[in-house]
Amino acid sequence: MNEFFRQVLFLPEQASTFARDVDHLHYVIISTAMVVATLIFGLAGFFLIRYRRRSESQATRKVQTSLGWEVLFVGSPLAVFLAWFFIGYHDFVWMQTPPPEAMDVYVVAKQWMWKFTYPEGPNAIGVLRVPVGRPVRLLLTSRDVIHSFYVPAFRVKQDALPGAYTQTWFEVTRPGRYRVMCTEYCGLKHSEMWAEVVALSPEDYAAWLREQRAGPVALRDATPGAAERDEPLVPARLAMEYSAEAPHGELMTAERGTLAERGERVAAEKGCLRCHTVDGTAHIGPTWWGLYRREERLEGGGTVVADEAYLTESMMKPQVKQVEGYALVMPSFQGQLDAAEVAALIEYIRTLRGARRDDIRPGGPVYEPIDGR
Amino acid sequence: MNPSTAGSLAEPTYLNHETTVRSWLLTRDHKRIGVMFLVLVISALLLGGVFAMLLRIELLTPGPTIMGPMTYNRVFTLHGVTMVWLFMIPAIPSAFGNFVLPLMLGAKEVAFPRLNLASVYIYAAGAALTVFGMVWSGADTGWTFYTPYSTTSPTAVTPILLGVFIIGFSTIITGLNFITTTHTLRAPGMHWSRIPLFVWAIYGTSVIQVVATPVLAMVLVLVALERVAGVGIFDPTRGGDPVLFQHMFWFYSHPAVYIMVLPAMGVITEVVCAFSRKNIFGYRMIAASTFGIAFVGFFSWGHHMFVSGQSTFGSGIFGVLSMLVAIFTAIKIFNWVATMYGGAIDLKVPLLYVLGFIFLLTFGGMTGVAVATTSLDVHWHDTYFIVAHFHYIMVGSVLMAFLAALHYWWPKMFGRLFPERWASVAACTIIFGFIVTFLPQFLLGNMGMPRRYYQYPSEMQWLNVLSTAGASLLAFGFGLIGLYLVWSLRYGKVSPANPWGSRGYEWFSASPPGPHNFREPPRFEREVHDYTVSEAPHVF
Repeated sequence: MNEFFRQVLFLPEQASTFARDVDHLHYVIISTAMVVATLIFGLAGFFLIRYRRRSESQATRKVQTSLGWEVLFVGSPLAVFLAWFFIGYHDFVWMQTPPPEAMDVYVVAKQWMWKFTYPEGPNAIGVLRVPVGRPVRLLLTSRDVIHSFYVPAFRVKQDALPGAYTQTWFEVTRPGRYRVMCTEYCGLKHSEMWAEVVALSPEDYAAWLREQRAGPVALRDATPGAAERDEPLVPARLAMEYSAEAPHGELMTAERGTLAERGERVAAEKGCLRCHTVDGTAHIGPTWWGLYRREERLEGGGTVVADEAYLTESMMKPQVKQVEGYALVMPSFQGQLDAAEVAALIEYIRTLRGARRDDIRPGGPVYEPIDGR
Repeated sequence: MNPSTAGSLAEPTYLNHETTVRSWLLTRDHKRIGVMFLVLVISALLLGGVFAMLLRIELLTPGPTIMGPMTYNRVFTLHGVTMVWLFMIPAIPSAFGNFVLPLMLGAKEVAFPRLNLASVYIYAAGAALTVFGMVWSGADTGWTFYTPYSTTSPTAVTPILLGVFIIGFSTIITGLNFITTTHTLRAPGMHWSRIPLFVWAIYGTSVIQVVATPVLAMVLVLVALERVAGVGIFDPTRGGDPVLFQHMFWFYSHPAVYIMVLPAMGVITEVVCAFSRKNIFGYRMIAASTFGIAFVGFFSWGHHMFVSGQSTFGSGIFGVLSMLVAIFTAIKIFNWVATMYGGAIDLKVPLLYVLGFIFLLTFGGMTGVAVATTSLDVHWHDTYFIVAHFHYIMVGSVLMAFLAALHYWWPKMFGRLFPERWASVAACTIIFGFIVTFLPQFLLGNMGMPRRYYQYPSEMQWLNVLSTAGASLLAFGFGLIGLYLVWSLRYGKVSPANPWGSRGYEWFSASPPGPHNFREPPRFEREVHDYTVSEAPHVF
């Protein structure tokens, strides 16, 4: 029954502990809405036929309301609505109250990316890894405008406000990858501000975390750099001096931080990080961790050293020198990246190497498809 | 624009007693002002509709279709601003309220005719500034202007803020005028318990307008100040609070929904009575529920902010109060249907729109109860479910009632009948088109498509295509209405004084009315919409 209603109503899968309960109330309310609307409309239709006008001079008798009918009209929907409200509010309080044993993850939103930081140290852009069966509390804030963190499969949503922390929580019930979207309009690329929740089995999660503690990501600090912290937004009066035609998202972020930091933002904005990881795990494209000056084997034989020239060529003509073992899915960024952005990206990739590279198992299985999906 | 040249009407009408452009531009006649507003709001509807069509075409494919993301963001902002502030808020009160409210009260004029003329020009000035802002640069903030995005966006938000601010004065003046007119200019025989329910609706609306609009004016000025002078009201880096804006904005804008919907309900009440040839069922309950909605509407703004970080307890209170609005609306819906009981129903075009209205309001209202249920709203907030919900309840009711009013009072206003058959075709197209446009959007919201999305996951495409198909039907229907109404101004059949056999008080005047409404002061000796007596057509 649950599955039937879920599919009829086009609801996404139910991957968190509250999803099912929320959906059940949803089914009741929507079905009642349809039934009531049909009844009212049916009654109107019946009157339309039964009391159709028979002559132009027809007079009608006066029907006056009696108190009993009005009390019934008001009382019955009120009782039903209040019952729904209290069931819903009960669930809402549950959804608003993180259990004390929940693990914390800090979420920083900015135009147009999600950054997740674990108290243990590692942080990631665009991918939130969580263990299944354990409550996760998210502490959200924003660096610029209001964003809203939304995971349809969890029935969870919470605004991320600049200058304040808000919280929400969820507990994932099965491993998988779930879409995160921004639902509060935040400018030019609002509709591209996506991320992913990767729910891992507790063992896989523990393994991943162990790796991260020893690995590269712990070395990078997720808190904003000093240059960024002092200038969270370019005020409007400054931005107004630029051409109003130019996409203003670039204006707000371009002048901030070091080149490598800019490269990180470009990578997030252009969607590079949807396929390339920066922590050594394998994904759709080769990881950027330690990529700079690495010798890559090419599809169809031969090798190439990933230097500035090759990296630039790969952005503009990805099909020419294809790294072995990866599908040709990368689009060309010719005309989409200006020179400064390319430089920033390369500088960012150059910084993604460190003394502890050997700690990374190449091609680690952490980001593999899970559960046969 | 001069139907009475047909010769059958010897009396001068408000349309032809003077015909110079100057006599229109400087008129203090509430009927001419109503007609001027009608032309202005229909232009706004057209503009907003063109934007809507562009949006729907863009959303035909998951990726870019006909415009870039920046253009899209501007277009949805302009669609919202135009439809909300230039069309839906003034449409029924300013156009039809101005025209028929004094007629219904048996008054010669509104209480402040010169202020009434000023309200047209203030509206036109505000609209011009808003349109200038659109052409110059075009804000990309959405019609809600949420801070801090609206205070940092480099697009031209300020002219649009000021345009809306100016329009607010027109709203306040119109509201004051109606309140005063209702209190002071009622004809002999009109007790408070005989006032037509359309007047009650406009009166309740006017109270909201006068009380709430200044709050909107304040918050718009604060946003403008923050943009221009950098005052730290909403900017957290200067000690401001970005959520404060939402509280102030919705304190106005939630009641604003009832500024739009209450007059629509008033129209529906009149039309239901006229075409069912019945007295209204539960006159007092309908009047009282109008004020119930107006009052409770002020205390439910927080239901827009369940996921904004406000307190859980606060969300609960706002949720319960929002349910009460649904109760008052349910009273009205029950009473309209009950009015049809025992009537002599003639399914003419205005009544078709009433049926559309009842369907959309019931469904929209029930989904309103659903989104007032806090736990469900977490999933739906800021998705297409909300877009569909407010289009059903707000746009659906305003549009249906606007078209019902336009057809019901068209002979009163211009003395001509519209072609019934074409109008029925158009009405069915519009109602069907509306449902096809917005029903898929409920499902898109369930799937999790956030609102204001330029791109969307490809599995959501077919529902978007369906929605666009519905929008095309709507556009076709509007085109048809435009054609036959303009045609009827010149070639339509000359209407009798009371073509529908209505017992509404406004039909005591000639159609179209003379320059001073009544030849002799009317006395109202029966209840409004009393169909127990067959009344000889008598025009005062």
